[in-house]
Amino acid sequence: MIAAELAERVRAVAPDVVVARGEVTLTVARDDVTATLDRLRAEPDLSFDFLASIAATDWPGRDPRFWVVYELASVEHLHRLRVKVGLPEADPTIPSVVDRFPTANWHEREAYDLFGITFEGHPDLRRILLPDGWEGWPLRKTEELGGVNTRYHGAFIPPVDRRTS
Amino acid sequence: MSPDRVDDLLTAGDEAGFDAPSTREVRQETMVINMGPQHPSTHGVLRLLLELDGETVVSCAPVIGYLHTGIEKNTEYRTWQQGVTYVTRADYLSPFFNELGYCLAVEKLLGVEAPPRAQVLRVLFCEMNRIASHLVWLATSGMELGAISVMLYGFREREQILDIFEAATGLRMNHAYIRIGGVVMDLPEGGLERIGDFLDTMPGRIDEYERLLSKNPIWLQRNVDVGRLSAGDALAYGVTGPTLRAAGVPRDVRRDEPYSGYETYAFDVVTREGADCYARYEIRIEEMRQSLGIVEQCIERLREPGPVMIEDPKLGWPARLEVGPDGIGNSPAYVRHIMEESMEALIHHFKMVTEGVSVPAGEVYVPVESPRGELGMFVVADGSHRPYRVKIRDPSFVNLQAVPTMVEGGLVADTIAVISSIDPVMGGVDR
Repeated sequence: MIAAELAERVRAVAPDVVVARGEVTLTVARDDVTATLDRLRAEPDLSFDFLASIAATDWPGRDPRFWVVYELASVEHLHRLRVKVGLPEADPTIPSVVDRFPTANWHEREAYDLFGITFEGHPDLRRILLPDGWEGWPLRKTEELGGVNTRYHGAFIPPVDRRTS
Repeated sequence: MSPDRVDDLLTAGDEAGFDAPSTREVRQETMVINMGPQHPSTHGVLRLLLELDGETVVSCAPVIGYLHTGIEKNTEYRTWQQGVTYVTRADYLSPFFNELGYCLAVEKLLGVEAPPRAQVLRVLFCEMNRIASHLVWLATSGMELGAISVMLYGFREREQILDIFEAATGLRMNHAYIRIGGVVMDLPEGGLERIGDFLDTMPGRIDEYERLLSKNPIWLQRNVDVGRLSAGDALAYGVTGPTLRAAGVPRDVRRDEPYSGYETYAFDVVTREGADCYARYEIRIEEMRQSLGIVEQCIERLREPGPVMIEDPKLGWPARLEVGPDGIGNSPAYVRHIMEESMEALIHHFKMVTEGVSVPAGEVYVPVESPRGELGMFVVADGSHRPYRVKIRDPSFVNLQAVPTMVEGGLVADTIAVISSIDPVMGGVDR
């Protein structure tokens, strides 16, 4: 199915659909995310039953600051769809979809670990890549790269963004 | 103790209304052991928390993160071209796939395409890489299950492939060969013949592995019906690649959403119905043969010369490389041009090195079929000369989630077979 046709069918589920570079993106409010994913899976023409990935992005100074991005695919129809949900800086929480897509478990833990986004209803929301006692959310844009303390004459190598232009 | 005495003891409590509990009810205790992160069979630094009842695995919880190197964060502080050298280090056994996924994503954002010859070279190196990766899987799996000789043979043939990689890219791993807009440089002199020699010997070698393993009673006992994962469970856990195809689902990005001209190559998507470790073994063996077939078709297409990097000087980088006495570097003619002849060329060179290209704002998700499954690159640009966000959807990361389903209820020794059958690479899992 070509992107424009797919976009038209997705628009029947939720209105905010954009086609860019041949990829279809649907933006929904966070309260609607689980219901939307259910409908996208249930519609026989769409049947988005495969969750490939969940990513997060951080845009400080904008509202919404955080975005959670679901990459969906259909095993039967072989088409893809991106579902985006914006989250405010003050309250970066979103319903978990682990009960619908078991694969979301680690993806959501990763987004929690790196961006500090809370997935409500997740069975085991712990850090996954970083040690349990780690402080901060390293992939937020406000987190700095650390730099390197060396043992040579007590020198400190600044992080790369403070070394070059 | 006489048998009569045993009978007496066994029935002694009955009159008093005392039921002797069965062994299973008495043994409430289980033991939790750490397998890894330093364990030779965990393919790197994977840690499994195993709860054992004797030899039986009651529960299993994978713990990851020991190889986290912040690749995604680091790319945000480098130019778009430098990003290639970071992502290639994620799944270090399939570096070409990481490079390809990233470059395809950036090219999609830019709205450009690599020249045809570069696309053929990309397919060629990816398929050679698939064979090399499957050989490492064969070698290590064989070793873990006691087939030591397979380990020697697997690494022997992989060495041949790595020699070809080294001759073409300068490195055995982490090549940064595929770049935005094409590839770094064309094949070296005699490269096609060298790959041709490999194609001549390899099919016989694959037959040899099959003669060693396919009907080997120990190999069959360790693999058949071990670590079953049904198609439904696999899809629910997001499992892709050979592990999914072993459950009979013909999902392969090369066929479903062709990139780099895969739709013009003849190859089969191999599936099996067994859904166990043995089916995954059969799939990888057959995939090596299919990859050889694709490489052969690539060689035919590479007979005619052509450009390997996009013509646009604002995008094509590195400009002109040559092999000199101390390795690959800018060609002497190019250095003379920027240092002695053209001030504009020098300025352009300086801008490309320090700032690189600017990519128009937007976001794309580009999947490629790596040896382990769907490798997705979600790349976000904000219009500047650095990536805003690079998220690597690594297949090993996702596939590992299905391990508890496959090992729980089985024997602890089968855990080894299961882990090796999904072929995780921790560099990709932890990124």
